[in-house]
Amino acid sequence: MIEVKELNVHIKGNHILKNVNVTLPEKQITCIIGPSGCGKSTLLRTLNRLIDTTEGVKLEGKVLVNGQDILSSDADVTDLRRKIGLVSQRPCPLPMSIFDNVAYGCRINKMFNKRRQLVYQVQKNLKAVGLYDEIRGRIRTPAARLSIGQQQRLCLARSLAVEPDYILADEATSALDPISAKTVEDLFVSLKEQYSIIMVTHTLRQALRIADHVVFMYLGEIIEQGPAEQVFHNPKEELTQKYLAGAFS
Amino acid sequence: MWIAMLIVFGFVISVIWTVFSKGMKAMSWDMISKLPGGGFYIGKEGGFLNAIVGSLYIVGASTVLGLIISIPVVFFLNVYLKRDSKLAYTARMAFDVLFGVPSIVYGAFGFTIMIYFGLRTSLLGGIIVITLLIIPIFIRTMDEATRNFPGDILDASFSLGATRWETLRVVLRQIAPGIATATLLSIGRAIGDAASVMFTAGYTDSIPTSLSQPAATLPLAVFFQLQSPIPEVVDRAYAAALVLTVIVLILSISSRFITNRFSKNKI
Repeated sequence: MIEVKELNVHIKGNHILKNVNVTLPEKQITCIIGPSGCGKSTLLRTLNRLIDTTEGVKLEGKVLVNGQDILSSDADVTDLRRKIGLVSQRPCPLPMSIFDNVAYGCRINKMFNKRRQLVYQVQKNLKAVGLYDEIRGRIRTPAARLSIGQQQRLCLARSLAVEPDYILADEATSALDPISAKTVEDLFVSLKEQYSIIMVTHTLRQALRIADHVVFMYLGEIIEQGPAEQVFHNPKEELTQKYLAGAFS
Repeated sequence: MWIAMLIVFGFVISVIWTVFSKGMKAMSWDMISKLPGGGFYIGKEGGFLNAIVGSLYIVGASTVLGLIISIPVVFFLNVYLKRDSKLAYTARMAFDVLFGVPSIVYGAFGFTIMIYFGLRTSLLGGIIVITLLIIPIFIRTMDEATRNFPGDILDASFSLGATRWETLRVVLRQIAPGIATATLLSIGRAIGDAASVMFTAGYTDSIPTSLSQPAATLPLAVFFQLQSPIPEVVDRAYAAALVLTVIVLILSISSRFITNRFSKNKI
């Protein structure tokens, strides 16, 4: 479980996240929704501390992952990032072959001693995202030659290969064509039994389709959070009602 | 269009054919393994090992120096400065201008500086001027390769639990073709340039043993021997031209090869 407590994020003097308190449940799909520029991505990037690479960032508060504060100075960031995978908006294969892309994370984390285990892990995860049969015989060719949709699934396989507990997805389907988007979306649904998935999306319909838990953000603040059923059909806050009704986006 | 293509191809083939047919006459193992005997202007004996070694010394040293200076500049332009920075814009324009400056101007510039410091023509002078000559090529070519670098790769690598060092290796993999192309382009330009080394590296019959001695180069071996009234010496000039052409050909073919091979993994 991830608990965010009193989180404030400033980037170059701008107050991006204001006093954020969120609980993200396990083995479910949590969708973070809200209009563009409301801090969804910033929140997501704080969860695996990828935010550290942003210039001029100041963090306050606590983010507890399995009870440990990841913002404290003695947190092991590298290990944290292994436990929390990220699928970004645009697929970004590394400049190497399909096999090496999936094997990369296992190699740098020294997960396996035997090559046979590594090969098995790569195959298992390529199968999990439905790529294995599509790319049979091309596993040694550059990943950049895959189609965009395939690349995105490869990125997902790459994240899964390091055996994370959480998967963060930052509008992971928005750059894809409708059919690929559907495939990736279905994948997330099928993966939620094994992983906790936290997804940023600004297509409400997608959130409606797949979310178990919803967090609604507006201008850097959490307006409402709770089970999808309740937030979508019985929102407590007026702002949420307006947003769901399409008054602003 | 076809005529224009034919002219270009005919030109390339006739250049190579001329150099090969005239050069092969005087070409022998001695040519590339012995020092010249009896002066470069009239001497018929020996080879031009001194020019080959001189060229390699100068090109090797200036390539290393050029890389040492260019990589931080490219890094500064792309990582530290913002995309719309005025300084970066001005710097890029300055390098474009320097790119276009004729090599004789570099030679004259180097010569002036050497006089100012009271230096004589030397290997060091040649190295410095060639370094100045190739730095703009290095910077502009590597800059192009780095500028289009997809920043998402950093996120992708970090989010798999990679350290900075491991991520740097991924970055290098992505820009390696750019660096390789830049290096080979620069070497090609550096080794074939006569005008800039004429006043700075000078010419000699021996292989330099220290940085302060003058050094012979292949382009100048062609230049001086071609002016000779003696036919045998003129043939030697063509042999030197042949060696130079072969080196440049090997370089450009291998640069193509390396670029193709490495860039297939590029994004």
